[in-house]
Amino acid sequence: MALLQIAEPGQSAAPHEHKLAVGIDLGTTNSLVATVQSGEAKTLADFDGSVMLPSVVRYQSDDVVVGSAAQQASAEDPTNTLISVKRFLGKTQPEIEQSYGQLPYEFVQTDSGLAVNTVAGPISPVQASAEILRSLRARAEASFAGEELQGAVITVPAYFDDAQRQSTKDAAELAGLKVLRLLNEPTAAAVAYGLDSGQEGVIAVYDLGGGTFDISILRLNQGVFEVLATGGDSSLGGDDFDSALVSVFKQQTGINDLNAKELRLFINKAKACKEALSSYETVNVKLELREQSHTVTITRAEFAELVMPLVKKTLRACRRAAKDAGVSNEEILQVVMVGGSTRMPVIREQVEAFFEKQPLTSIDPDRVVAIGAAIQADILVGNKPDSDMLLLDVLPLSLGLETMGGLVEKIIPRNTTIPVARAQEFTTFKDGQTAMSLHVLQGERELVDDCRSLAKFSLKGIPPMAAGAAHIRVTFKVDADGLLSVSAMEKSTGVQAEIQVKPSFGLSDDQVAQMLKESMSNAKEDMQARMLKEQQVEALRVLEALEASLATDSALLSEQELTHLREQMTLLAQAREQAQSPDEIKNAIEKVDAASSEFASRRMDVSIKKALQGQSVDEV
Amino acid sequence: MRYFELFNIPVDYNVDLAKINQQYLELQRVVHPDRFAGKGEREKLLAVQKTAEINDALAVLKHPVKRAEYMLSERGVDIRAEQQTLQDPIFLMQQMEMREALEELPQSDDVEAAIEQFEQQIKALDVEFSQQLAQQLSSDSEQDLQLAADNIRKLKFVYKLRDELARIEDNLFD
Repeated sequence: MALLQIAEPGQSAAPHEHKLAVGIDLGTTNSLVATVQSGEAKTLADFDGSVMLPSVVRYQSDDVVVGSAAQQASAEDPTNTLISVKRFLGKTQPEIEQSYGQLPYEFVQTDSGLAVNTVAGPISPVQASAEILRSLRARAEASFAGEELQGAVITVPAYFDDAQRQSTKDAAELAGLKVLRLLNEPTAAAVAYGLDSGQEGVIAVYDLGGGTFDISILRLNQGVFEVLATGGDSSLGGDDFDSALVSVFKQQTGINDLNAKELRLFINKAKACKEALSSYETVNVKLELREQSHTVTITRAEFAELVMPLVKKTLRACRRAAKDAGVSNEEILQVVMVGGSTRMPVIREQVEAFFEKQPLTSIDPDRVVAIGAAIQADILVGNKPDSDMLLLDVLPLSLGLETMGGLVEKIIPRNTTIPVARAQEFTTFKDGQTAMSLHVLQGERELVDDCRSLAKFSLKGIPPMAAGAAHIRVTFKVDADGLLSVSAMEKSTGVQAEIQVKPSFGLSDDQVAQMLKESMSNAKEDMQARMLKEQQVEALRVLEALEASLATDSALLSEQELTHLREQMTLLAQAREQAQSPDEIKNAIEKVDAASSEFASRRMDVSIKKALQGQSVDEV
Repeated sequence: MRYFELFNIPVDYNVDLAKINQQYLELQRVVHPDRFAGKGEREKLLAVQKTAEINDALAVLKHPVKRAEYMLSERGVDIRAEQQTLQDPIFLMQQMEMREALEELPQSDDVEAAIEQFEQQIKALDVEFSQQLAQQLSSDSEQDLQLAADNIRKLKFVYKLRDELARIEDNLFD
């Protein structure tokens, strides 16, 4: 019997055209990687069959171990075993100490920000996160017989601020991943659920992970996932429930001066106790230390009372998000539970009571984010050109500038749909003032000290004028990943200053490049060869995309314009074949980009007109 | 009125929000950067710019004060960057009284009822000024435009009160 190969419309029947793209859930406790294969999103397992990679990295003097092997060493080697580093991304040492209390690490300040001292030297949270990503990348490539990964969608908590997002992106670059998009975790979960059920309407996603809490309210409408509002706490998660138990252990055993090893033991026991309480009413915890054995008994009800302040905190965020979204509880059709911490019965009960409906848990809360990310990665990499799916996300926290008196003036309010660009004008306050310093902040509070400082930069060379005569236009731009860039310009003279917000916490591009280079030379890879290959792939992508556009819309160009564009394309095709250095190809790509920019602009105008005409025709 | 044209809706202060949302989704489907993930850098940049513009237009069209200010500025009266210049003693007095009442609100015997009542008061003012605005903004006379400007300033006071109320509510229930 002959076998027919059947393909969905938009899905390529030719398997060799499939590009490998993954969704990565870089979690506080566990990380996962998923990909879409034959139309179905699947989480990928390690060689030993485990899907979840513990987000633990152990540094030894000559080796780095990631995952469960590292986790097993956590009690015996606590200072070199980095656990829950996601909580440290984009943070300063005082912030970490304030939020998490005692930790078994020795923090140091380096040129590129905060780091943890290990036997392998100071390790930044970005570097440790990169190790986790590298391990997942290797897993994905191994699952597909060494096929090269074309790109990844990496999820971040919706409530991550700019510094935390930037750090995540740096980690991905360090791991050699092409980031297709940073996607908010609740949005990813909504995609996994939404596409599964095909439902329309407003849903809430309650996402309580190991270290972060997010609540997002979304509207689903014909394949469009529109985030209406988001809220949360980027330092509230399952780990805090563990710490609450650790304080009980300390109290009950009377041991308060724990050393690093003992503290790790207590934390590990607390985690185990918390997990056991999801299945049992009473749990006995045996703590053996200092040649003594202690048994602490905890009931489910005691635990619920202990953590109620944390649970209430999440519910307050839910209330505010629903309000920001302008929806009532009755309008919310479903509540989706995401994150391992939502397994706790107390969370399910309280969330159900708050939203007055039973929360959805049909997709494994640990996997749902990675699955959603994989679905978007598949679309972004071009495997599903006819997909209708579109994700519209929002800025989680307001962005502003410091003004006189230590106050913050908001430029872009929270829950504004991204990408977005907003400008505001300021003036000089002294006669003859020639410079203006700008302090970029993120947060909801009115005082500078209560918001997160993202960057400081100055606009210099303003010609001396009377106070109030200069017009300085400050523009904030947030891209689709939620990343900010700020520029300032004096209008009468055109004096400009611009920065990509790479704050005191992030790494500069040079630093990323340097670290990348070091990691490459360690792996005996040739940096130059790799970059050349990347540019060749990029060139091919540009040429293919343009050919496709020209096939349908070349009529938008005059003969002369078309000839010029064709010439540049031919030159690029030649450069791709013959160039020895990546820069040669890069230049040729830039020339093609320049030659095609007018074409792109016209195509966009035409498609906008078409989109809206379609609308009015329908109405007639 | 570029924003109205962009969304292909009639130039009128009274807008159909459902229609705006629907047009917005249609526009996003063609311009969102995710639609250009596989395209060249210029095209991606263009998509980001265009999407940002559409998002901005949406924010302006949806928000009653921003929409009014925009319509007024398109007709040559730009009050968006002005310092407050409202001169209407009766209105200002009323605002001061409402502000005082708001400050005392958390101490009321039945806070929820007090909030509810205050919300009604704000809503009544909102409706009053918005209705006047719709007329004034469709008029051709310079005098009406000046009246509209004053109405927008008043509406801003009303919205400030509403934000303040929301803040008090947040603090109460947190």
